[in-house]
Amino acid sequence: MTTILFIEQVLNGLQFGVMLFLMAAGLTLVFGVMGLINLAHGSLYMIGAFAAATVSAATGNFVLGLVAALAAAAMAGAVVEIAVIRRLYRRDHLDQVLATFALILIFSEGTRWVFGSFPLYLDIPEMLSGPVTLPGGIEYPVYRLFIIVMGLAVAALLFWLIARTRLGIQIRAGEADREMIAALGIDISKLYTVVFALGAALAGMAGALVGAIQSVEVGMGEPVLILAFVTIIIGGIGSIKGAFVGALLVGLIDTLGRTMLPLVFGSFMADASAATTVGSALASMLIYILMAGVLIARPQGLFGAAA
Amino acid sequence: MKLGKSLLAGVCALAMVPAAQAADVKVGLISTLSGGGAALGVDIRDGFLLGIEHAGVDNVEVVVEDDQRKPEVAVQVADELIQSEEVDILTGIVFSNIALAVVPSAVNQGKFYVSPNAGPSQLAGRGCHPNYFNVSWQNDAMHEAAGAYANDAGYESAFIMAPNYPAGQDGLTGFKRFYEGEVVSEVYTKLGQTDYAAEIAQIRASEADVAYFFLPGGMGISFLKQYADAGVDIPLIGPGFSFDQTILPAVGDAAAGVRNTSEWSPDLDNAANQRFVEGFREAYDRIPSMYAAQAYDAAQLIVSAMGKADVSDADAFRAALREADFDSVRGDFEFAPNQHPIQDVYVREVVQQDGVWTNMIVGPSLQDHSDVYGEDCNM
Repeated sequence: MTTILFIEQVLNGLQFGVMLFLMAAGLTLVFGVMGLINLAHGSLYMIGAFAAATVSAATGNFVLGLVAALAAAAMAGAVVEIAVIRRLYRRDHLDQVLATFALILIFSEGTRWVFGSFPLYLDIPEMLSGPVTLPGGIEYPVYRLFIIVMGLAVAALLFWLIARTRLGIQIRAGEADREMIAALGIDISKLYTVVFALGAALAGMAGALVGAIQSVEVGMGEPVLILAFVTIIIGGIGSIKGAFVGALLVGLIDTLGRTMLPLVFGSFMADASAATTVGSALASMLIYILMAGVLIARPQGLFGAAA
Repeated sequence: MKLGKSLLAGVCALAMVPAAQAADVKVGLISTLSGGGAALGVDIRDGFLLGIEHAGVDNVEVVVEDDQRKPEVAVQVADELIQSEEVDILTGIVFSNIALAVVPSAVNQGKFYVSPNAGPSQLAGRGCHPNYFNVSWQNDAMHEAAGAYANDAGYESAFIMAPNYPAGQDGLTGFKRFYEGEVVSEVYTKLGQTDYAAEIAQIRASEADVAYFFLPGGMGISFLKQYADAGVDIPLIGPGFSFDQTILPAVGDAAAGVRNTSEWSPDLDNAANQRFVEGFREAYDRIPSMYAAQAYDAAQLIVSAMGKADVSDADAFRAALREADFDSVRGDFEFAPNQHPIQDVYVREVVQQDGVWTNMIVGPSLQDHSDVYGEDCNM
């Protein structure tokens, strides 16, 4: 494997990582502040992608599509929180899993009802399409660089929001002691709705950004959801920093594993075809092995508060 | 008085059944109508129902059920159709793993199964059964045709890629069975993978003459869009699954001009196909996919056998099915001894027609092609 190919794969891993972070951040915020396991987070990702596809098809403007994705996902998040999720905070996790799983089914079939079974078309804006040559002769798609920049910008914004703003203080206080901040006169149910909508908007943004290079279809959120859960378990549930580090770890390990492992096996196995099969099979397990390792060595995750 | 009335009604109903008419046939159609992969199942259902409608018969009843792309659900639905609905024929399954879960038990209970898609090698070889008819293809056919086309096109080295699951491995094996050039790299991706940046970088670095990929459904959409955006100039070829009508509109110009192999194309020039394509566009307002075409042929096959034999006489009905006496939308069509098709496979090209992305035939790839597993079938 050449250096150029390796660097390109690192960039790919980074891009995958920041995408995962957008998903994982919302999930971990909701769990940290409200103690809620939200399986329907993937549906919000799907809603973002569908809203972006519909609006950019109607207006021909990708930015408007992105704005629509944020708005639609945040709105769906707020509605779901008020209508359903609110009733689940006091229940145990199994009830939450059941109810949010029901939401997945409702969102999936509802989307199919409105948009049909066939995938929608969402393309990269003209300005960001095609490859660019980076220093060192690496040809890399502009859009993927754009995703990396957007992801990092959102991460910076989130850290600032949590560390420096009034809302951030309330969120951190909510994680630490729910009763106390309610006693201090903060409208806790409004705070919960805002946090949920914020997480939903991040998922919707991820869906819209990724939708342009993937397929916008019903059920697109669930595979990402599983990876997002792995990410927050590795990073430590409830920690934004953990979600960030976990997401980059998962992104890099998954991408590099996929390309390097078959080569590693190929170097000592005689049958090239068998080597790639074994290598790819092992590569798809890597992040779960990492998760198991983290759970054994540090059950609360890399940045999680000890229970 | 009430009893008298119902008796009278019963007698009247009996009297209205013409004595000469063949018995009604009940068909159970199990397909993937919800969740991922539903686009394929919906096309199979619509194509099958159109086939029955075009045949102009009113003594076929079709019971449609959803398998949710889950083998265990499919098995349960099939049992229901066999036990309580008492269907005579089953059809409709999209995916090979689901077909493998349902077909053996159904045919062993004396039901017929007509496969409008999915031709796992197990059912074509050792596991073949007199009541199992495959009207689509054995899974390898399009991959083999793509390998043959890669030779014809003069590609001397190929990068090949498929998801890491049985049909993916069969696909690459099928390609290599016919391809004579050098395979520089063979890559297996995760099933359901949506990001192919890592693989695309490998394709670029491989400097092969051609890249062959088998990624059905949403995986193909993602790959094609990302490949076009990466600006790699190695040409692509794929099996028809990766360039099907259910995904082309979502891929857009990223697939323009790509060659792919299929046993059917909307522009195939025969009367049956013209009637099918026009009828489908009129009824459903979209261009049919090859899945719809295969299901349409499945319906035609069943109706053709009904004209010759009564479904309750299993031996006669089986013989009638084997004759395949219907005008296939693919043109020439007949069954090999293992009851899988002998048919031509074509090379198609993705083009834009009246603002819609679709396929056009370039030329034949393999003629009168049948699968290699038939020799293991002892019926």
